[in-house]
Amino acid sequence: MTLDTRLTDEQQQLRKTVEEFAREVVAPASYHHDRTKTFPYEVVKQMGEMGLFGLPFPEEYGGMGGDVFALCLALEELGRADQSVAITLEAACSLGAMPVYRFGTEEQKRTWLPQLTSGQALGAFGLTEPGAGSDAGGTRTTARLEDGEWVINGNKAFITNSGTDITRLVTVTAVTGETPAGKKEISSILVPVPTPGFTAEPPYDKVGWHASDTHPLSFDDVRVPQQNLLGERGRGYANFLEILDEGRIAIAALSVGAAQGCVDESVKYAKEREAFGRPIGQHQAVAFKIARMEARAHVARTAYYDAAAKMLAGLPFKKEASIAKLVGGEAAMDNARDATQVHGGYGYMNEYLVSRHYRDSKILEVGEGTTEVQLMLIARDLGL
Amino acid sequence: MNIVVLVKQVPDTWAERKLNEGDKTLDRASVDVVMNEIDEYAVEEALRIKEAQGGEVTILTMGPERAVETIRKALSMGADKAVHLSDEALKGSDAVQTSYALGKVLETLEYDLVIVGSEATDSRMATMGALLSERLGQPQLTGARKVTAEGGTVTIERQTDDGYAVVEASTPAIISVMEKINEPRYPSFKGIMAAKSKPLTTLSVGDAGVDEGQVGLAAAPSQVVEFSNKPPRQAGQIVKDEGDGGTKIAEYLASQKFV
Ligand SMILES: Cc1cc2nc3c(=O)[nH]c(=O)nc-3n(C[C@H](O)[C@H](O)[C@H](O)COP(=O)(O)OP(=O)(O)OC[C@H]3O[C@@H](n4cnc5c(N)ncnc54)[C@H](O)[C@@H]3O)c2cc1C
Ligand SMILES: Cc1cc2nc3c(=O)[nH]c(=O)nc-3n(C[C@H](O)[C@H](O)[C@H](O)COP(=O)(O)OP(=O)(O)OC[C@H]3O[C@@H](n4cnc5c(N)ncnc54)[C@H](O)[C@@H]3O)c2cc1C
Repeated sequence: MTLDTRLTDEQQQLRKTVEEFAREVVAPASYHHDRTKTFPYEVVKQMGEMGLFGLPFPEEYGGMGGDVFALCLALEELGRADQSVAITLEAACSLGAMPVYRFGTEEQKRTWLPQLTSGQALGAFGLTEPGAGSDAGGTRTTARLEDGEWVINGNKAFITNSGTDITRLVTVTAVTGETPAGKKEISSILVPVPTPGFTAEPPYDKVGWHASDTHPLSFDDVRVPQQNLLGERGRGYANFLEILDEGRIAIAALSVGAAQGCVDESVKYAKEREAFGRPIGQHQAVAFKIARMEARAHVARTAYYDAAAKMLAGLPFKKEASIAKLVGGEAAMDNARDATQVHGGYGYMNEYLVSRHYRDSKILEVGEGTTEVQLMLIARDLGL
Repeated sequence: MNIVVLVKQVPDTWAERKLNEGDKTLDRASVDVVMNEIDEYAVEEALRIKEAQGGEVTILTMGPERAVETIRKALSMGADKAVHLSDEALKGSDAVQTSYALGKVLETLEYDLVIVGSEATDSRMATMGALLSERLGQPQLTGARKVTAEGGTVTIERQTDDGYAVVEASTPAIISVMEKINEPRYPSFKGIMAAKSKPLTTLSVGDAGVDEGQVGLAAAPSQVVEFSNKPPRQAGQIVKDEGDGGTKIAEYLASQKFV
């Protein structure tokens, strides 16, 4: 048995580099972008220059030749400081570029990956619809073939990175027919942005993730060439589920970052803030709260390391990915709640990082598969 | 254009730093270490010159084994190779001795420019450029906020209190740079991976032709005889605005030579 969760020198250097970047570049801009609900173009540009968008992709497509775990380390460090920035990277890699890399033809990869892996362009993935989330098989968006073109009609909901100035691609799932068994045939189709008939509607008014870009999308007779089919016809949903398994590890890493960020802020604050004649960290109730937070972050980190290790070793990893996503999301939310408590009234002020984590973390129990969906998957794996 | 960049590993500027009670040297073992901040600018400048004109960038560091981490960082930013002078005998060397040892190594390297930071954040001597210039008999250009190197000439804009001066010298020359000069890049993952296989030569004092008797704490020409900790920060001075608040603040700033 290989049992070693220590990072290699290179992984440590990557982690340290992103940690520095998060501290020096990301964090100082966070409050502004959160308050004004603006997308951090400058930060994203620098992340592109550092190669973060290319982390899990090979060099021949403009990537950095790393793997999903390298991406996870970067996401954890970014997630500590700013979840909006981290989810922008996570969605761009796991949902935007990864489907093209996994299921695209050579030509599709050559067309799309270099711009996506350099961070010059963002890709989005539209699966969720106003009436179909967890039960994504309920997709109503349709695409029919007409004169060598797909004609797409329908609506998507909550799509990350779909309406920025640098969004160039939205991949959508759509019903393209009926299977012999009479079920919906769902396929994935690449929609370049802009394309006539495609509209990113005004952004959502979200509880958190204010600097992340999320829109409802509408497709009104959107026409794209037949060759824009991504992967096999009828495999759209199945393929996407496969992508989601991997994406869960990445989201788990981001969640661990958030959970750890809450610990770090709380430790600092508990040493400085005094009440009843001593730093609040010397009141055992506060110290224990923070110790528990640290334990949650640690457990969740171990869970995503394990899932990633299994995945990279080519072993079954679905259950581990679901567990990592589950405990990661919960660690982030629980730690955010406890961290704001440790910060007292200041924790309720938007200038404080913990208050942002409090607003931001809830979605980590919902996006890319809700907590209940993870439990469903784990239970299924247990044969229940 | 071949460039050698002198890079020093220092205790993290944000960490609490202290001197050892015994030999009064800086306690380097118990703290996080980083690349001396200004040296990142020195590396960046060298890389920019190389990217524009070709040539090679070599990193030179004197420091304990652990300094390899810092060398790796410089290599992952894009430097081509590195020389690490590392030997127990060097422990406790002061600035004069350090320049002697670094100078010995520089004599064995081929370069057009040596770039150093203007000051190390730990011992803050701000003298390494000058010491090396003297030892190597090569011109030094200090406090550069801009460097242009062409043919056998190097020109800098030297930052001064009230503007800048243009200074020129023939190469090989030694330049010290300050923060205004550029914005250092963050290493990319590709750079981090590539750094692993870049040549890194480790030299002992013997390898470098450094006379062991001339380096180290015992032989140091300067000795730290006494030290005390910085007094705790005093409470600030509160100026009550009675209509003349602005004037009082201006007077205070003037008295402290801020304006
Ligand atoms: C900020 C943000 C960004 C997003 N980005 C994207 C994106 O880029 N691309 C994309 O495609 N989607 C995206 N989503 C959508 C997200 O993935 C969905 O919101 C999520 O999957 C839940 O779907 P839903 O909202 O339809 O909830 P529903 O599926 O309606 O679920 C409602 C509740 O019922 C529970 N539930 C449902 N079915 C069961 C069951 N069988 N057993 C037990 N409980 C059940 C759920 O767990 C949940 O608690 C994003 C959402 C947000 C808020
Ligand atoms: C009594 C005494 C004892 C000391 N003991 C120790 C000790 O035990 N261990 C120890 O590490 N230091 C020790 N020092 C510090 C050592 O003297 C410094 O490394 C040396 O003085 C250089 O001065 P500085 O760092 O202030 O350089 P500055 O002149 O402020 O630095 C300017 C630039 O010079 C370059 N540079 C400086 N030092 C190095 C280096 N080592 N390698 C590569 N480039 C460099 C960098 O580019 C830097 O930006 C001691 C100093 C004194 C006075």
